[in-house]
Amino acid sequence: MPEVNYKKLDWVVVGLYLLLVVFGWMNIFSSSVGEGGFVFSIKEKYVMDLIWVGSALVLAILILFIIPSRVYPAISWPFYGLMVLMLVAVAFVGVEVNGSKSWFAIGPFRLQPAEFSKIATAILLAQLMSKYEFKFSNPKDFIRILTVIGVPILAILLEKETGSALVYLGFLIVCYREGMTGWILVTGLLAILFFILTLVFSPFVAILVLAGLFGISAGFYQRKPLLGAAITVPVIVLLAFLPRLMRLESLAFLTRFEPEVWAAMLTGVTALVLTALAFLHRNRQLRNLMLGFLLGLALIFSVELVFEKVLKEHQRARIEVLLGIKEDPMGVGYNVHQSLVAIGSGGLAGKGFLGGTQTRFDFVPEQSTDFIFCTIGEEWGFLGTLGILIVYLILILRLIGSAEKQKDAFVRIYGWCVAVCLLMHVVINICMTIGLMPVIGIPLPLLSYGGSSLWAFTILLFIYLRLDMEKKSY
Amino acid sequence: MSPFQSRRSIVASAIILVFAVIAFRLFQVQILDKEYRVTAENNALKYETIYPARGRILDRNGQVLVDNKITYDIMVTPYDVQPFDTVAFCRIFDLDTSFVHEKFREYRLYRRKIGYQTLVFKRQVTGEQYNMFIEKSFLFPGFTGVPRTSRTYPFNAGGNLLGYISEVDAAYIKEHPDYRSGDYVGKTGMEEAYEPLLRGEKGYSIYLRDAHNRIKERYRDGEYDKTATAGVDVTTTIDGVLQAYGERLMKNKVGSLVAIEPATGEILTMVSSPGIDVSQLSDISKYYRELVNDPYKPMYNRAVMSPQPPGSVFKLVNGLIGLQEGVLTPSTMYGCHRGYVVGNLRVGCHGHPSPINLYQSIMMSCNAYYCYVFRSILDNPKYGSVQEGFERWKQYTESFGFGRKLETDIPGEKAGTMPTSERYDRLHGKGRWKSISIISLSIGQGEIGCTPLHLANLAATIANRGFFYTPHLQKDTPESPIDPRFKERHYTMVDTTHFRDIVQGMELAINYTGGGATATIARIPGVIACGKTGTAQNPHGDDHSVFITFAPKDDPKIAVVAYVENGGFGATWAAPIASLLVEKYLKGDISPERKALEQRVFDGNLLHKVKIKKK
Repeated sequence: MPEVNYKKLDWVVVGLYLLLVVFGWMNIFSSSVGEGGFVFSIKEKYVMDLIWVGSALVLAILILFIIPSRVYPAISWPFYGLMVLMLVAVAFVGVEVNGSKSWFAIGPFRLQPAEFSKIATAILLAQLMSKYEFKFSNPKDFIRILTVIGVPILAILLEKETGSALVYLGFLIVCYREGMTGWILVTGLLAILFFILTLVFSPFVAILVLAGLFGISAGFYQRKPLLGAAITVPVIVLLAFLPRLMRLESLAFLTRFEPEVWAAMLTGVTALVLTALAFLHRNRQLRNLMLGFLLGLALIFSVELVFEKVLKEHQRARIEVLLGIKEDPMGVGYNVHQSLVAIGSGGLAGKGFLGGTQTRFDFVPEQSTDFIFCTIGEEWGFLGTLGILIVYLILILRLIGSAEKQKDAFVRIYGWCVAVCLLMHVVINICMTIGLMPVIGIPLPLLSYGGSSLWAFTILLFIYLRLDMEKKSY
Repeated sequence: MSPFQSRRSIVASAIILVFAVIAFRLFQVQILDKEYRVTAENNALKYETIYPARGRILDRNGQVLVDNKITYDIMVTPYDVQPFDTVAFCRIFDLDTSFVHEKFREYRLYRRKIGYQTLVFKRQVTGEQYNMFIEKSFLFPGFTGVPRTSRTYPFNAGGNLLGYISEVDAAYIKEHPDYRSGDYVGKTGMEEAYEPLLRGEKGYSIYLRDAHNRIKERYRDGEYDKTATAGVDVTTTIDGVLQAYGERLMKNKVGSLVAIEPATGEILTMVSSPGIDVSQLSDISKYYRELVNDPYKPMYNRAVMSPQPPGSVFKLVNGLIGLQEGVLTPSTMYGCHRGYVVGNLRVGCHGHPSPINLYQSIMMSCNAYYCYVFRSILDNPKYGSVQEGFERWKQYTESFGFGRKLETDIPGEKAGTMPTSERYDRLHGKGRWKSISIISLSIGQGEIGCTPLHLANLAATIANRGFFYTPHLQKDTPESPIDPRFKERHYTMVDTTHFRDIVQGMELAINYTGGGATATIARIPGVIACGKTGTAQNPHGDDHSVFITFAPKDDPKIAVVAYVENGGFGATWAAPIASLLVEKYLKGDISPERKALEQRVFDGNLLHKVKIKKK
């Protein structure tokens, strides 16, 4: 029986939690209160939110003082299985809200399993990765972890709730901390970068950048940076003139292919030759680089396909508006435009509590849930938004710091998972409201209106606080 | 100590970096960029839709058939409404106070959903009402007026052809996502057929609101505004004067009257009677129920939607096929003694001299003659069997456009029916029918149905001596060119040389003075017209009166069909109506000796003869 030291309770985290919840309620009140002022009725969002907050606090106390923490590792598999089952079930029997079927309706209450499945995933990941013999270099272990993360993602995509699925990618950061190769993260980021480059500029430009990046890095990895640059730079400069050359009549044969096809053929053949050489000389680094380059080419050519065929029309439209390919302040861009106007109109100090007009007059949609940050931006100004940002930053970094101090790997990994869930939600949500990411509807932790989200984050966080208080007796 | 602990600081640094980027972006949006704080207190964009003027519809001579007039929609922003003098308000718009109370009860009920939106309070108030309202508008905060164009019809003709427009409903928007609530769309006739041209493109103005939610100024001086693009005017091939005259002739009769310019295929007149009066079109919602419940179905364009037996008019087609097949020459003589008798089958005919040649057979409309012709086509030994001969015959009729859609630009066009071998196989047993079994086809009866437009097209084909252009309603103009399919000549399978003999017979039918001609009533002084009567038996009552004609004989300018349901002989109603239309078109007026005939047609009322389905 582990000994619980209640004096060890992390009051800073509890304080930040309460601060966010109270501040959240104030903003929900501000954005949903009618002309008549405070009305005590369950139909009003701010009253409903009080009920959620109250019940969340009860949950927090239960978790901190009553529920023994050793149940969590024990129930990890059944809990996870149940959650996945619910995720799949909700895609079929759930109620549809804003185009995604992700809610169970129980009387007047609605429950979103995608919020709670994060807890189950975090516990199971901590359980699996904390095993003594666990190693990422063991393919069996690695695949098991990827499956545990991937299954809820697929189930959530089935509900057409892309935002929540994205959050799960955050667990890859925990994997990185626990020893997964960083190349997976780097490759993912590069893929996003080249996706954007291809859409905003052209496949041709993306190929040139890709060739430059890999050419120079190949030079560095072979300890011949000057040679790499000497070959790469002239080739890219020459290629850059290709579209101009194609307009010359004497070189009309060039127009047989699009410029990106020429660029891909030239650089692709070079890469193939280098790959073959690398195989002959057992030069693994060069081989991997060149294979990476060829994969990159394939990615660039498949962007259009993915964009046109895989993404849904509304997702495509959101990305186009975000990247400035299309301007559409009336349609898809409306939310972001109104959101920016609301936040921007807050200025330095904001319009004061209840002083906002943008958010209160329903210009900003979903202003008490996914767009609550607009109310903060408008009424509390830059000081308010910066303050909230800092609160989240302290909370996340403190959780990571505290996790690192844990002697028990299970607690450490679980702590990281909690921090990463918060991080993904905060970054995606805020970036959406300020036009840095496409509109992806996920709540701002502890601030947004919504019982499922508040409950889920409360449980997530207080399980860690409880684990943190225990002294494991070996 | 766990391995990989150094990775903690890498992740932490990345997190701090991301938060720094967000903080910088917030600094930019909230402090640096003034764009989002155009006015320090408040700014909100309000988009006001500018509706384009819908394209007009003109007749072939530039006469406006459909125009726009400005009416006003009264809009309300429930959020801004303050208590007002309901009685005064209702007096202006001629409303009942309960209407206003009911509306506001709804607004209160749905206030959360409505929020800050502006809604339509009352549609299409007149200019005078709008002016009275504007004078007193300070008494009614929250109400505004928005000009909208609605349709007006300066020329009383072509109600069915023009069609009506109405506001799009939810079902329509679901299927056509480029329409929004409040838009109008052509629902029938030309308004429907030319919707993409007539529609135009909406625009919008963007305004800023102040802290009290009043519109204050244009957003960036209208830099982002979009002007509306008016719809394109569509010119029709219809001759408005002739159309109006045709509608007068067909008044109180059930049927169709179609005129085509043979040299182009342009439809000069298309009357479906009884039709919709243009005064009902502009306010269709008010008359809709009445029109739908009318037993004479005024919404139904009989000219293209009502296949009927063609009657004796179809003898012309059989004559032409016989000539082409070589089983008939103009001088072939057949005898007829009040009919065609084989065994116990008898196709009756009226009394006329016998024997007769091809010209006389057309002139007198002899039934027996065409029984002989039809049988010699089908029983032609070169085809081996009657079935083969029938298939050949059917190919000929299809080359005239019968039994299929002509692919015009008129909504709702029907294909009509032509019988098939399979049908007769079912009826008589496979291969067990003979030419005598289907002899009714020789005189345009039996299992054959063609729309009046098919017959008008036949008249145009004969006028052209062997080809037709697909009939159409849109006139070719540089601004809105017509589809190339309307400029294509369609030849029949009959050589053009054979048409001369048929035309000869049709000339005699009207102009022969020696007696026996069936259509002398259609004679027009100073014009040589050609025609053929038809008297179509039908199961619904008296015979249908049919007449096709074209004139002048050489260089025809107009080809016409008149189809008068239950009108009796072809010469009784259809021939006078069609010939009067021809005369009006060619001479501009009716000659004095035919005024009495014209009056008879105007006065004629055949509605009682048509059996209607009681609801």
